Formats: sequence, structure tokens, C-alpha cells
Amino acid sequence: MTLLITLIAAVIITIVWYTSPKARKLKVGLMCYMYWGASIMWLVDALFEYKEQGAGYFTPATADMINDSFLGICVVALGTVVWLGTMLISDPEGVVRKALTEKKQ
Amino acid sequence: MACFLVPATEAIVTTIVAKAVKSHEAKAEEQTKVKALSEDKLPLSKKITRLSGFLWGGSGLLAFEHLWHGEISPFFPFLTAANDPSEMAVAFHEMATVGTSMAVLVTAVWAVMTVVSDKILKRKPKETAKLGGDAV
Repeated sequence: MTLLITLIAAVIITIVWYTSPKARKLKVGLMCYMYWGASIMWLVDALFEYKEQGAGYFTPATADMINDSFLGICVVALGTVVWLGTMLISDPEGVVRKALTEKKQ
Repeated sequence: MACFLVPATEAIVTTIVAKAVKSHEAKAEEQTKVKALSEDKLPLSKKITRLSGFLWGGSGLLAFEHLWHGEISPFFPFLTAANDPSEMAVAFHEMATVGTSMAVLVTAVWAVMTVVSDKILKRKPKETAKLGGDAV
């Protein structure tokens, strides 16, 4: 479930990156790197688990599935927070700078 | 247990290499007074930076997953398996198999992506001309 949620997030962010010039300016590509990188790594993890467990890999216990889903959502949230922090610090639109100078005046 | 350490190590190496290549490119640019960056080719430093982006991003999120499962801790010795030698052997085995495969697959995907993006950059002027022709 963690792999699936991260993969869905990676696909959505890639579509957003491709279709929106504004999103590209706001550096959503950073999230693409994070989610695709993690998806590839979890895919390898899944393949090794499948090798060990066989078909049982596809029928996880409900508790495990809930925990993995929760982890997947937290991973996507963490990636979004990292991107948001980076975006606010790099301030590509100059919004933060403008807000700070307005307050000063 | 600690599989993410292998791609994380590769990320450190690629970041250092990218910085070295970037400074080398800047020096070469200064000497020749010609911009190394051409329209139909990405600079090598940018390509390597992309690889380190995948590696840092992926291993960062995997580190969070390991923290979630209690396999790493924010305090010394950081790896929970480090307290037990038999568990440490399992961790090393996992790093050698799963971790190395992760690093290899990410690098392979990046290599394919780099070749494809180079081909797209080479193809672009023709396509643009074709589109322009169609529009007229």
C-alpha cells in the first residue's frame, strides 16, 4: 500500500508538472524526484518480499494494510512539506520577500 | 533494516561528483569563453544532479519508513540492529541484496531517462519546425 500510494502521488505530480507552467515555476519537480525515487526503491523491496512470500504478498493482513496505508499517506505528506519548505525558502515568485518588506514598511 | 543506506551513500557520492563536474564545466567555460551549455545537450553536472535528486528523495523517504518501523532511531548507534550482532549480519545482508538492487535500479532508470531526454533535445528543432510549418 505504501508503494501504491507513493506511486499514485508520483504519477499525479508528474502530470501536474507536465501540464502546468506555474507548477514548474514552483519547482514541483522536487516532489517528482522524491516520489519516483521512493517508488523505485519500494518496488525493489516489494519484489524481494514477493520472492520470499510468493502469492501471499498480495493478501496482507488488514492491520498491516491499514498501517501501510497510513505510512503511505504520511510519506506523501512529508514529501509535500519538504517541497513547501523548499519553495518558501527559494521563493521563486518573490511572495515571501514582498510580504516581509510590506510588513517592514 | 538499513537498505536505504546504500542509495544514500550513492547520493552523497553523486552530489560530490556533480559539484566537481560543475566547477570543471565553469572553468572550461571561462577558458574557452564559449558557453558549454548548448541547446541540444544538457550539461553533465545537471544530469548527475538529477540522479542525486532521485537518490536523496528516495532514500530520505525510505529513512522515514525505517524510522516508522523502529529500524532506525534518532540516537546513537542509530540502527536498532546495531545492538545485536546477529541482527547486524541480517542488516548487512539486506544492504548487499535489497539496498544494492535499489541503487542499481534507480541508476538504470536515470540512465534510460538521460538517453531519452538527450534524444528529445536533439529531436526538438525538427518538431518545432514541423509544427511551425503546419501552423502556416
